[in-house]
Amino acid sequence: MKKFCTSSIVVLIMLMITLPSLLWAGETLDSVLKKGFVTVGVNGSLFGFGQPDEKGVWRGLDVDTGRAVAAAVFGDASKVKFIPLTAVQRFTALQSGEIDLLCRNATRTLSRDTAMGLNFVSVNYYDGQGFMVPKKLGIKSAKELDGATICVLPGTTTEQNVADFFRSHGMKWKPVVIEQTAQLSKAFFSGRCDCLTSDASQLAGARAVAPNPADYVILPDIISKEPLAPAVRHGDDQWRDIVDYAVLAMIDAEELGITSKNVDEMLKSKNPKVQRFLGVTKGNGKALGLDEKFAYNIIKQVGNYGEVFERNVGVNTPLGLKRGLNALWTKGGLMYSPPFK
Amino acid sequence: MASRQHSSSNRTAFWQDPDKRAIVYQVISLGIVLMVGYYLFSNTMANLERQNIATGFKFLDNESAFEIGESMISYSAADTYGRALLVGVLNTLKVSFIGIIITVILGTIIGIARLSSNWLVSRLAAIYIEVLQDIPVLLQLFFWYALFYQFFPSPRQALKPLPGVFISNRGLVFAVPAHHPVHFYMLLMALAAVVGSYFLRRWARKRQEETGKYFPVWRVSLLLVIVLPLIAWIAGGAPTAMNIPVLRGFNFVGGLNISPEFTALLMGLVLYTAAFVAEIVRAGIQSVSHGQTEAAMAIGLTPGQILNLVILPQALRVIIPPLTSQMLNLTKNSSLAVAIGFPDFVSVANTTINQTGQAIEGIALIMAVYLIFSLTTSVFMNWYNKKSKLVER
Repeated sequence: MKKFCTSSIVVLIMLMITLPSLLWAGETLDSVLKKGFVTVGVNGSLFGFGQPDEKGVWRGLDVDTGRAVAAAVFGDASKVKFIPLTAVQRFTALQSGEIDLLCRNATRTLSRDTAMGLNFVSVNYYDGQGFMVPKKLGIKSAKELDGATICVLPGTTTEQNVADFFRSHGMKWKPVVIEQTAQLSKAFFSGRCDCLTSDASQLAGARAVAPNPADYVILPDIISKEPLAPAVRHGDDQWRDIVDYAVLAMIDAEELGITSKNVDEMLKSKNPKVQRFLGVTKGNGKALGLDEKFAYNIIKQVGNYGEVFERNVGVNTPLGLKRGLNALWTKGGLMYSPPFK
Repeated sequence: MASRQHSSSNRTAFWQDPDKRAIVYQVISLGIVLMVGYYLFSNTMANLERQNIATGFKFLDNESAFEIGESMISYSAADTYGRALLVGVLNTLKVSFIGIIITVILGTIIGIARLSSNWLVSRLAAIYIEVLQDIPVLLQLFFWYALFYQFFPSPRQALKPLPGVFISNRGLVFAVPAHHPVHFYMLLMALAAVVGSYFLRRWARKRQEETGKYFPVWRVSLLLVIVLPLIAWIAGGAPTAMNIPVLRGFNFVGGLNISPEFTALLMGLVLYTAAFVAEIVRAGIQSVSHGQTEAAMAIGLTPGQILNLVILPQALRVIIPPLTSQMLNLTKNSSLAVAIGFPDFVSVANTTINQTGQAIEGIALIMAVYLIFSLTTSVFMNWYNKKSKLVER
């Protein structure tokens, strides 16, 4: 019980030290196939991205990304094990080999891509950091936050962004840093802080489960770029390609108009792009070291990016997020997949 | 004969000589430890290198770029990781030091109350001990913290028990005397009073041993500590300007602020550890046989004198060793601060680890800092233990 976060880090380090070197080039896929499931690090308490529902079934955009990888590797989206991780634990868990893949709303940055020994793949959610305040404060812009006490999660780019923002505007603030997301939200909603800062999607997720969601407002200011992407370890290019193209397959499927509902009909499509995508024309699967039907399996079992988005975070969910930057490039967004050929 | 004995001891093979065998065992176990250590180290370094993870302590000089909620030294996001970690070390020291002092005082009072002949007092002390010992300290921390932010009003509706004192869910804010150069001289005078009291006590003890005359050292010392700084204050023109907290924007500006995180952590640690200390004190007092008390009463000592001159000096020998380990527990438990948002050393180190990705260096620093804290406490307490041992004459 004591020092729950530190002890877990220590355990992870012990693992890192003692694990035999079974994790290197090309071997992640082998070890995943051998154990029969993909181990995916997820958030665990972020509504819309990674959280078990009341029946204990994992739900969320990041969770579905993990399922897509399982569908690509095994042809079965259920062959996946989710491990909830705090922001502080997540990278160590990946470095040490405890998880095969990290899908935990992690921002891709230069230092994480290099010195931390991680490789980020294609972005599955374009986000940006925002501020949420109680409506009764009557604040309209983040620039009015001088002197505020702000609740913030540790170990995230958030902590740096908000420091940068206040420094560049010559404003003062006071952080309250609590490790567990649930404890942090509780502190904010009961008034310990004037403001909660995080990625805008996370703020929407926190507000969706607040006691009185209507009492809080997310300010229009977005102070950072947060390209959230799944990550894998350095040094295994094959595994990186598999994860990357599992994400891209969902995006490409939306562009090609393939959904989980029409994917079986699409198998008969005369469009050569669709034929290559679904493995009717062979080649893509072999190149990745997977079954030729990997993309078909992803779309059939998990859905295309648009379906996954609307199901987890879209306008009809409690989060009510618009596609915005996460629309397809053909619709003014940033979601763009290289051709599947 | 002599030569024969010599040759017979020569003939004893070294594996039959317990002393030599012991040396061999020591060498073997040391060798195993070193080999395992080397294996772990080289394996870790190789793994880190393979994954291109940065190593070394160079990151300490880089800009930290994160803020820390409360700090005893000036700190901003533009300072280095090294300074951020120092802020954390000082915060841990602050909460441990204040916590240990209050814990020892509170624990002693409760321990003595537990033995009180007053039924109500001893029952209440027993309930306190049983309840607080049996609830995990993390839950207690959550409880105190939640109490602060759930039940106290926002700064705009802050409670005002006294003029210049405000209690809100942002903590306790109170007025302090505005900065004035005379404060420094007052501090000097207070120090002088403490030093003076020390010599006064030595003189009084010597005089009592020689002449038997009693001198009220405590009362005079207390007077010195109050009067000397007061003289400095009056000599400095008796400045009365106060730095009064004012509600401006979101929060109070000015005055001294004690955050809910710090208060919750301190309360949780103190109340929890004091329950254990109380039991240790009770055990220590009970270890002194009742005959001693009766003997002391027979020579006409007052109850206070009996406690201070007869019972406590003997009880301390039993109390100090387990008390030391409770002090260490308090220091180590202070790392639970991460759960309620007090920026202690572990909290700052966690953020550092996450921003730099250098978990091994970070954890090594955490271990080193706590080891140093613990060893220092132990060394001091061992010295005190030796000092309070029964001197046999």
